[in-house]
Amino acid sequence: MAHLRSSRVAFFSSCLFIASTIGAMAGEYNLTVDSLTLDTGEFSRSSIGYNGSTEPTTLRFKEGEEVTINVTNNLPVSTSVHWHGLILPFKQDGVPGISFDGIEPGQTFTYRFPIVQSGTYWFHSHSGFQEPDGAYGAIIIEPKRREPFRYDREYVVQLTDAHPHSGDRIMRNLKMMPDYYNRQQRTFFDFLDDVKTDGFGAALTDRRDWGEMRMMPTDVEDLQGFTPLINSKGPAQNWTGLFKPGERVRLRFINSSAMTYFDVRIPGLKMTVVQADGNNVQPVPVDEFRIAVAETYDVIVQPTEDKAFTIFAESMARTAYARGTLATRQGMDAAVPELRSPPLLTMADMGMSHAGMDHASMNHDMPERSEMDHATMGHVNTPEERAPATHTMPDGTVMPGAKHGGVDHASMNHSMPEQNEMDHTAHQTMAQPTDPFYAPGSGLSPSAANGGRFLSYADLKAQKPLYTDREATREIELRLTGNMERYSWSINGVKYDDSDPIRLQYGERVRFKFVNETMMTHPMHLHGMWSILDNGNGAWDPVKHVISVAPGTTVYSETEVDAPGEWAFHCHLSYHAESGMFRKIVVEGGPSEQSATTTEGMEG
Amino acid sequence: MRHVKLELSLLTTFSLLLSLSLTIAADDAHAESLIWGIQAEQAEYRYTSGERLAAWDFDALIGNDELKFVWRSEAEFNTRHDNFETLENQFRIQVPVSDFFDAVAGVRLDTPDGPDRIHGVLGLHGLAEQWFEVDADIFFSEDPSARFEIEYEALVTNRLILTPSFEVNVPFTDDDKSEVGAWAPSIELGARLSYDLIDRAVSPYVGVHYERSFGETARIAERNGNRQDELYIVIGTKFMY
Repeated sequence: MAHLRSSRVAFFSSCLFIASTIGAMAGEYNLTVDSLTLDTGEFSRSSIGYNGSTEPTTLRFKEGEEVTINVTNNLPVSTSVHWHGLILPFKQDGVPGISFDGIEPGQTFTYRFPIVQSGTYWFHSHSGFQEPDGAYGAIIIEPKRREPFRYDREYVVQLTDAHPHSGDRIMRNLKMMPDYYNRQQRTFFDFLDDVKTDGFGAALTDRRDWGEMRMMPTDVEDLQGFTPLINSKGPAQNWTGLFKPGERVRLRFINSSAMTYFDVRIPGLKMTVVQADGNNVQPVPVDEFRIAVAETYDVIVQPTEDKAFTIFAESMARTAYARGTLATRQGMDAAVPELRSPPLLTMADMGMSHAGMDHASMNHDMPERSEMDHATMGHVNTPEERAPATHTMPDGTVMPGAKHGGVDHASMNHSMPEQNEMDHTAHQTMAQPTDPFYAPGSGLSPSAANGGRFLSYADLKAQKPLYTDREATREIELRLTGNMERYSWSINGVKYDDSDPIRLQYGERVRFKFVNETMMTHPMHLHGMWSILDNGNGAWDPVKHVISVAPGTTVYSETEVDAPGEWAFHCHLSYHAESGMFRKIVVEGGPSEQSATTTEGMEG
Repeated sequence: MRHVKLELSLLTTFSLLLSLSLTIAADDAHAESLIWGIQAEQAEYRYTSGERLAAWDFDALIGNDELKFVWRSEAEFNTRHDNFETLENQFRIQVPVSDFFDAVAGVRLDTPDGPDRIHGVLGLHGLAEQWFEVDADIFFSEDPSARFEIEYEALVTNRLILTPSFEVNVPFTDDDKSEVGAWAPSIELGARLSYDLIDRAVSPYVGVHYERSFGETARIAERNGNRQDELYIVIGTKFMY
């Protein structure tokens, strides 16, 4: 455990500083970036890791501490470390070309920044494909104040999608042949099955519709053929965390995958979600949750029996699973579930099911135009837990109930002339909860394996709001765009290389409108500033660093622009970011000593 | 003499285009990764009564989303007579013109045993609706012609793939040396059943390949003692890296 010594250093030094009562705590940490060999139990490959271990290094900081981190690059190429989710001065953010120049081979770069938050985060290289190649670790920040939940034991559960191919090779293959890794494509036999179930005409029409778009309903994971790992252990290597019956165990889930979303469950145990992206949320007991790439969720479980429980994380397209065990003794294990059948995208995910319906020209036939009562519409069936309700409009726009009721709705009309064409599944099957953060009729809409509760973004409510709730000063629309056949990804149709930075003013509150025009799910990550997910909970909207936007949906997040400098903003799927779904954010103004030194706004 | 000149122009074109694409690719400050690779749709033996041909058809490419340089090579080598019946190298620049199609410009150099030819190439390359991969090219020279190729990958399973293909060549002028008559087309029909053995990098296949010429082109073939149609059994492998 390489991090132990440094945390001990931190501990002692913090004691010293506390003793002297004045000044911040300070801790010094060392990280080496090393070329290693990773053995997943299914394949071995050269990889990158920290402090000489393929097992992810965990850095433990304390809120209020002033950290010094010496990063020594033992790789033959330039590297960088980005502190994912940490609020810090922009030159410490670790993005080559934006925050600094990177760390050359043989060099030691010293990061220094204050720790102003607490919770579960992670760090990773922001250079090339080093992160998919293994350059990631965990960060745990102990809070100053007591946490609003108790636990006896804790484990980091860091997921990744280790692939036998190097990141460079994968990128090249995807560019050469976008379906290179898709081994779930619809075959002749699938067609015969469809004919059997839907009839020849319907099966043929379905094929024709997808063929017309030149898209695939199976295109859920661009990258297949990986071995999911928990803390660097493959399913057969079975990472195990020990507990004593009756203990509360805090599991800090971190998805460090390059490309893979996971649906996580622990059969036999209810999980209580207490933190999302490092920020405490009002506890939500769930049976299963989906973790987007780069997100973190902290859950508490309380196994009372003296037996083993399987931590089972299926990839969203069900091509592979990560598996670990919670046990009372080493060597114990529990049954490993089968993978469920893979999802198929629907026309709703393509934003096609309501083609021709224009949001602006929609005309609600509501009794009370200014006061839409979502609960009575039955879009969300557990109002006591999810109120204020959020629901997804037929065009995929996620409409938060409380905050914007009466704003946009007045100009919309719900009594559609083509009622029969509308997807009313949500209205009709009120017994089955539908996640408002998926397009109605989406093939990706998750459900719990045991029929229980699956965490939705709509369930997340901040434990304690970080900011005063206020009206956004302006809205910025970001259409998530791409061309699967060319494997090129972009924002508003423009790739990073051809784009101008997004300019924000220090002190404003910006509302980002993410319109997903692609068939992929994109985890959008803003560096340096929080993303407040608008899920209809008003002042209790959760504070995140990754906003996952499902296909065919529109999702809003708001950001208090309180960090001067230049920041990265991108889709956290490695091969999407690399191929252009990336922006530089420039925050203008603010405290001058921290603000951006470059003046790239002068090109005009 | 003619050969030397051709090879020279071939080399010059190649290096010119290569340096052009590399310059453009390297120009980017952010340097999105350079796309490069080789994709051989056909690398095979063709068997017919008493004849065996070695044939290939590959694209080697380098570039980025905006511009690709492609070396396309097609050949038929008669192993019995030790001669190239077809040897065609194209050096093409590909630029996107729509979501699914690239415009193509370049040169085509034919250097089989027999008359050499150099053509300019203008065309379209891309993916049509319903997943048909399409190439449409016009070749400009003293003896211009046009070519249309279409290919489809039918998934029997996710690894067992049947690839039917169709190609038609239409010469615009009589060209005795190349044994074609004006507006008299020749066609190639193929069906190859491949299995993805190593990823999509190596996919061995068996199949059939049928060639037929029509009209004046067919009559010229018969006059020269060749058949106007030929059916081959093929065995080979797709290759990609």
